[in-house]
Amino acid sequence: MTIKQISVFLENKSGRINDVTKALAKAGINMHAFSMAETTDFGILRLIVSDVERAIVVLREANFSVVQTDVICISCPNVAGSLSVILEHLADKNIFIEYMYAFAQGDQANVVIRPTDLQRCLEVLQENKCNVLTNRTL
Amino acid sequence: MSREEMRELQGKRLHKLVDLVYHNTPFYRNKLQEMDITPDDIQTIDDIVKLPFTTKQDLRDNYPYGLQAASLQEIVRVHASSGTTGNPTVVGYTRRDLEIWKEATARCLAAYGVSRDDVFSVGYGYGLFTGGLGLHYGVEHLGATVIPTSTGNTEKHLHLLRDLKVTGLACTPSYALYLAEAMDKYGLTKEDLHLKIGAFGAEPWTENMRKEIEDKLGLQAYNIYGLSEISGPGVSYECSCKCGSHICEDHFYPEIIDPETGRVLPYGETGELVFTTLTKTGMPLLRYRTKDLTSLIADPCACGRTNVRMTRIIGRSDDMLIIRGINVFPSQVESVILEMKEFEPQYMLIVDRQGNLDTLEVQVELRKELYSDEMGTLLGLKKKLADRLKSVLSISANVKLMEPNSIPRSEGKSKHVIDYRKLK
Ligand SMILES: [Zn+2]
Repeated sequence: MTIKQISVFLENKSGRINDVTKALAKAGINMHAFSMAETTDFGILRLIVSDVERAIVVLREANFSVVQTDVICISCPNVAGSLSVILEHLADKNIFIEYMYAFAQGDQANVVIRPTDLQRCLEVLQENKCNVLTNRTL
Repeated sequence: MSREEMRELQGKRLHKLVDLVYHNTPFYRNKLQEMDITPDDIQTIDDIVKLPFTTKQDLRDNYPYGLQAASLQEIVRVHASSGTTGNPTVVGYTRRDLEIWKEATARCLAAYGVSRDDVFSVGYGYGLFTGGLGLHYGVEHLGATVIPTSTGNTEKHLHLLRDLKVTGLACTPSYALYLAEAMDKYGLTKEDLHLKIGAFGAEPWTENMRKEIEDKLGLQAYNIYGLSEISGPGVSYECSCKCGSHICEDHFYPEIIDPETGRVLPYGETGELVFTTLTKTGMPLLRYRTKDLTSLIADPCACGRTNVRMTRIIGRSDDMLIIRGINVFPSQVESVILEMKEFEPQYMLIVDRQGNLDTLEVQVELRKELYSDEMGTLLGLKKKLADRLKSVLSISANVKLMEPNSIPRSEGKSKHVIDYRKLK
């Protein structure tokens, strides 16, 4: 029920995100979503892509440091307050979230969550009838 | 021999040595007279700090025979090492020097467990370089059988090892690895050979290389250290404990100095290794600066020997940087990075000055297999490296995490440093 995300280490220098997207585009790999986390001297670019394994090979060949991580992706109605309901469920059960990011698609919003405890998080989401996506349904 | 007895012997020999060079080497007589020192001022080994240092440049400046204390009639052999620049270094040996040298080398071999039953192949170059002939006469002196294989024909060497049931091998550690790799090609395994003992030296090597050599050749690999200016191989040797190389300090007196100030450092501290040839008569040297960086251990060894040990050579003093008044060697940084599997074995030191304060940035590359995508973990990794560097270098460094392959690759340690202070 989890989906595979790739994360790319980037030094803070201009044009590096562009280099990643160019390498993926050249290999015909689609980006569904991405988010960037930064400190003053480096950043981590997190991506949901159409072909995870190929993306890792392509990016490492281009001298990027890449790791694959399991994350949870849920879909909820793109209306005010729907995400906070879900987050409250998780907070009630003491599920700690390391990071999350969201992207909207029409009337639906997809949210990527990286909890410290993947299994517990999935259980809570399912108990509360949330729509958890897989790589196939994404 | 107890430490006190050793120091007494060293003191007596030092006095005789200073007396010898004072009367026979004009270079030293001039230096000592300038410093207002006579042989009578040197009575115990502690007086050695009064004596001047000798450098490789002194040998070049006095090329070829200027530092010789003996006449050519007494010199029976000459070795020479070529430098990349300037004159080669020429060393003349009297008959007595050769006796002492082969006795010292035989001592090393005995410590490795070599006996008269052994057959030893010497795979060092024979010639002006001291490696080949040095080991050759050591093996003979011990009474084992020597095969002067020298360098070159690898296939022939392997066949000799097999057919002559060779039990001992002396060569550079990199040549030992090369031989091991070549065995495959000629259809040989370590079971086809009879090797038990290896004496490897003449270049720095690591614990990983030792494991690989022992594994592939099926022998016990020991370090042998030496340099032609002092005599050749046989200056120091590892015992079965493999925890530092015992120095033949009755002949070669070691000191560790701060390369910048020349101050003698206590046991355990890292600095430049300096040797005084206590018993040589051909070209005796006072406090010769080897430029090798190491430290000395005076504690008794588990093997029972009481002579001082030197630790692995960690680099050359030429590479030393002075940052905020502290001596920093790129090799210290390297050793820390090699221990952390999250990083590529690459690094760059960026030294600069902001206001009156020196700054040090250590750039390291993450491996392509990034091991975490969490900010906190990566920041923690950065801090872990910074903490380790601080404990090894005694100064704090700013760690910069880099993408793989972003640090320029090149040969040699000096390319690991960019010092903007010199450019300003
Ligand atoms: Zn020992």
